[in-house]
Amino acid sequence: MSRGMGSTLAAPAQTAHHRDAVGAKLGMWLFLFTELLLFGGLFLLYAVYRTRFPSDFHFAATTLDPLVGTVNTLILLTSSLTMVLAVAALERGRRRAAQAFLAATMALGALFLANKASEWAAKIGHGLFPRSGLLLDRTDGENLFYGLYYGMTGLHALHVLVGLGILAVIWGLLARGPRRGGEAAAERGTERLGSEAAAERGTERLGSEAAAERGIQLENAGLYWHLVDVVWIYLFPLFYLIS
Amino acid sequence: MEQRPLNGYGTYLLVWSALVVLTAVTVTVAGLHLARWSALAAILVATIKGSLVLLYFMHLRREAAIIKVSLLVALLTWTVTLALTFADVAFR
Amino acid sequence: MARTAAPPAPLACSYLHPGGGRGGLLGWVLTTDHKRIALLYLYSILGFVAVGVALGLLMRLELIAPGRTIVGASTYNALFTLHGVIMIFLFIIPGIPAIFGNFILPLQIGARDVAFPRLNLLSWHCYIAGAILAVTALFTGGGPPDTGWTFYAPYSIRTTTNVTLAVFAAFVLGFSSILTGLNFIVTIHRLRARGMGWFRLPLFVWSLYSTAWIQLLATPILAITLLLVMMERLFGLGLFDPARGGDPLLYQHLFWIYSHPAVYIMILPAMGVVSEILPTFARRTIFGYKAIAFSSMAIALFGYLVWGHHMFTSGMSDTSRWIFSLLTFLVAIPSAVKVFNWTATLYKGSIDASPPLLFVFAFVFLFMIGGLTGLMQGALSVNVHVHDTAFVVGHFHYVMFGGAGFGLMAALLYWFPKIFGRLYPRRPVYIALGVLFAGFNLLYFPMLVLGWMGQPRRYYDYLPQFQTGHLISTIGSWVLLVGLLILTVTLMRAARRGPWAPPDPWGGTTLEWRTASPPPVENFAVEPAVTGRPYDYGALGRGAAAPEGR
Ligand code: HEM
Repeated sequence: MSRGMGSTLAAPAQTAHHRDAVGAKLGMWLFLFTELLLFGGLFLLYAVYRTRFPSDFHFAATTLDPLVGTVNTLILLTSSLTMVLAVAALERGRRRAAQAFLAATMALGALFLANKASEWAAKIGHGLFPRSGLLLDRTDGENLFYGLYYGMTGLHALHVLVGLGILAVIWGLLARGPRRGGEAAAERGTERLGSEAAAERGTERLGSEAAAERGIQLENAGLYWHLVDVVWIYLFPLFYLIS
Repeated sequence: MEQRPLNGYGTYLLVWSALVVLTAVTVTVAGLHLARWSALAAILVATIKGSLVLLYFMHLRREAAIIKVSLLVALLTWTVTLALTFADVAFR
Repeated sequence: MARTAAPPAPLACSYLHPGGGRGGLLGWVLTTDHKRIALLYLYSILGFVAVGVALGLLMRLELIAPGRTIVGASTYNALFTLHGVIMIFLFIIPGIPAIFGNFILPLQIGARDVAFPRLNLLSWHCYIAGAILAVTALFTGGGPPDTGWTFYAPYSIRTTTNVTLAVFAAFVLGFSSILTGLNFIVTIHRLRARGMGWFRLPLFVWSLYSTAWIQLLATPILAITLLLVMMERLFGLGLFDPARGGDPLLYQHLFWIYSHPAVYIMILPAMGVVSEILPTFARRTIFGYKAIAFSSMAIALFGYLVWGHHMFTSGMSDTSRWIFSLLTFLVAIPSAVKVFNWTATLYKGSIDASPPLLFVFAFVFLFMIGGLTGLMQGALSVNVHVHDTAFVVGHFHYVMFGGAGFGLMAALLYWFPKIFGRLYPRRPVYIALGVLFAGFNLLYFPMLVLGWMGQPRRYYDYLPQFQTGHLISTIGSWVLLVGLLILTVTLMRAARRGPWAPPDPWGGTTLEWRTASPPPVENFAVEPAVTGRPYDYGALGRGAAAPEGR
C-alpha cells in the first residue's frame, strides 16, 4: 500500500493493478468459494449420517432448544443487515454512520457468540460432549449427531470470531479517517468538508484513493460476514428444527 | 473503476424483513411434523434465505458474470461430490 | 569471475541485482517480486526434493535383499510416510505452479506482477511454515508418523505417532496452495496485457488457469478432512470412528475428493510446459491450440468425478464401483487429445533436438507408461488384483516423477536462460538425461512387474523369489541418483558462470522472451501490446541462435 504514494496520479496503467477494485472483489469471492467447500465437506458428512440414522438424529436433536437457535438466527440476520448498511453508508461517504453500523454488527456478532458459548456450556454441563460417559451409552447416531453438532457449530463460531477480528481492524482503519485523502484535499486547497454532501463529493474525487481502498476492504469484509451468515442459515434448521 | 448504482437502505430493510419472515416460516413448518417432507422444506426455505443474502446483501445481482458463473461452478462441484458419495453410501 | 569475453549483460538492473531497496537476505524473504518469490520456491522445493530422494534411496537400500537390511518395519513405515508427504505436499503439488507459474505467468501475459504480490509472499511463508511443522513432527510427540501420506482413518486416529502435527502441517501447506491458485486466477483475469485475448494466452497459462481452479475448489476439502483428523485426535468427535458409528470410508471419500483432483494439480502444469516447449523447438505453431486449452479445462472437470477408483477394494458399493470405473476411462480422453496434438505439432516441424525438447520426449514416453498402467487399474477386475501392490507404486512414480517431475526439469531447462540470464552447456545435460532415463526405468519398471506378481506395497520385507527384481530396482535408484547429480551440478555451475544469455536464446515467440534475460524488476520497459496468437512461426525464420556446447 505504501508504494507509489506520490506518483499515483502520474502513472496510470502501470500501478493501477495495485488497487484494482474488481480484482480484489474477485479474489474475495474466490476465497469464499473455498469456505463454501470447507463447510461443504462437513455438510456432506451430515447428509450421509442423517440418512443413515434418521431417528437417532431426531431424538438427539430434542436436547437442543429451538428458541436459542431461532434467537441466534435473528441476531445473525440482523447483523448482516447492519453490515450491509455500513457498506451502503460508506458508499455514500458517511464514514461515521458506517462506523456506527459496523459497531452494531460487531455487537450482534459478539452476542451470537455469547449465546453459543452458553449453549455449549450447558450441554457440556449435562455431560453431553464427545466421548462423555453419557454419550457413549447412547446410540451411534446420537454420538454422530453430537460430533457433527460440535464440529459444525464450532467451525462456524470460529469463523464468526475471525470475522469479528476483521471487522474490528476495519473499524480501526475507518476511525483513523481518510488520512491520505484528507491530506490530498488540503493540498489542493479545498475548503473543509463539513456537510455530508461535501463528504460524498470528497470520497468521489479528493480522497478517492484511500476512500476507495476502505470501501473495498469494508465490502470484502462484508462479503465474508454474509457468507458466515449463509452457512448458519443452513445449520439452523439442520440442527435445531429436526426434533 | 466502474460506477455502480447504489442500493437504497429501504431495499435492505425489506430483504431483512423477508429473512425474518422466512425464519418464522421455517420454524412453523418444522413444528408441523411433516415427516420426510420437513427436511426438504427446511432446505428449501434455507436456500431461499441464502439466495436473498447472496443476491442483495452480497450484491451478487450486480456482480460480473465471472463471479456468478464461478459460484455456480463451486456449488456444482459440491453437488457432484455429494452425488457420487451417495452412489456409494446409498447402495452399500 | 570469468566474465572476460562475455557480451555486456543487462544485469545491472535485473531483478537479481536491483540496487536500492532492501538488500541481502531480507530483500529475498520479504520480497513481493514474483520472480524472486519464484526463486525462493525453487531453492526451498529443491532442498526438500533432496531430502525426499534420500529417503527413497534409503527405502530402496532396505529392499535390496529380503529380510531386515538397514531398517526395521516401523522405521520403514516412517520412511515411506515421510517420503510420500515430502514428495507430494512439498514438491510435486507446489512444484511447477509455484516456481515457474510465479516466474513466467506474469511475463507471459505482459504484466508487472501477479494480482496480489503480498499474498504471493504469504503463500511462500505458509509453505515454509508448513514445511517446518512437518519436519518438527518427526522429532516431537510420539515419533514420526507412520500412516502413509494418505493418513487413512481409523489408524491415523489411533496411532500414537505424531500425526496431529503432521496433518496440521499439510493443512498449512494447503493454504499456501489455495492462495497461489487464487492469485493466479485473478492475475489471469485482470492483468493481461493489451490485446491478450483469452485465445491468445500461451498454453502454459491455460494449464495454470485450470490448475488454479482445482487448487481452489479441491484443497478446502482436504483442509476440512485433515482438520477433522485433528479434531478426532484431540477431542474425539467420533465421525470416523467405527466404534461409535463413524464410517472410515467417508474419510477415504473426502480424502480422495481432494487427492484425485490433486494429481491433476501435479500433471496439468507439466502438460502446459510441454505445450510451450514443443512449438518452440519444432518451429511450428502448436497443433490444435483450442483443443489443448479446452482439454486442460476438461481434465480439471473430469478430475472431480473419478476419485472412487482409489477405493475399489475398500468395500464401497458395487454401484459406485462401476460408475467410478466408467468415469475413470473417460478421463483418459482429454489426456490423449493432448498427446495426439503434441505429436501432430512435431509433424513436418524443423526440429531442434535441444535439451528441453528431449526432456519433453522423455516426459511423453514415461507419462504414457504411467497413463496406460493407470487405465489398466481403472478396470475393476485388474484393480482388485493389483491394488496395494508395487504395481501401483510403479504406476504413480511413472506419472508423478516421469510425468510431473520430468516436466519440471524440462521447464527448468527451458526457462533457465530467462531466470538466471545464463546459458548452460548441452552435452552434460544430454548425458544426464540418458542416465536419468535409464535409471528411472531400471528403478520403476521392475516395480510394475513385481507388483503384478504379488509384491505388496509399504512392506519392508519380501519373499525370496522377488529378489532379482528388487535388486535391479535398487541399482536403478543409484543410476537415477547419478543422473540427478550430473544435472544439478551442471546447472548450478551454469547459473554462476555460464555465458550470458540473449533475451530470446531459443527463438521462442511468447512474451517472456521479449524482455531481457534476466528480466528487469518491472518485467518490461514498456507494457507489451499483443497483436496475434502465440507460437506464430509463420514465415519467420529461426530466432536467435541456440546455445552451443562448450
Ligand atoms: C530417487 C527417487 C525416488 C525413489 C528411489 C523412490 C522410491 C520409493 C519407494 C521405494 C517407495 C515405497 C514403496 C513401498 O514400499 O510402498 C516410494 C513411495 C512413494 N513415492 Fe517415491 N521414490 C522416488 C521419487 C519420488 C517422487 C519424485 C515422487 C513424487 C513426485 C514420489 C512419490 C512417492 C509416493 C507418493 C509414495 C507413496 C508413499 C506411501 O506409500 O505413503 N517418489 N518411493
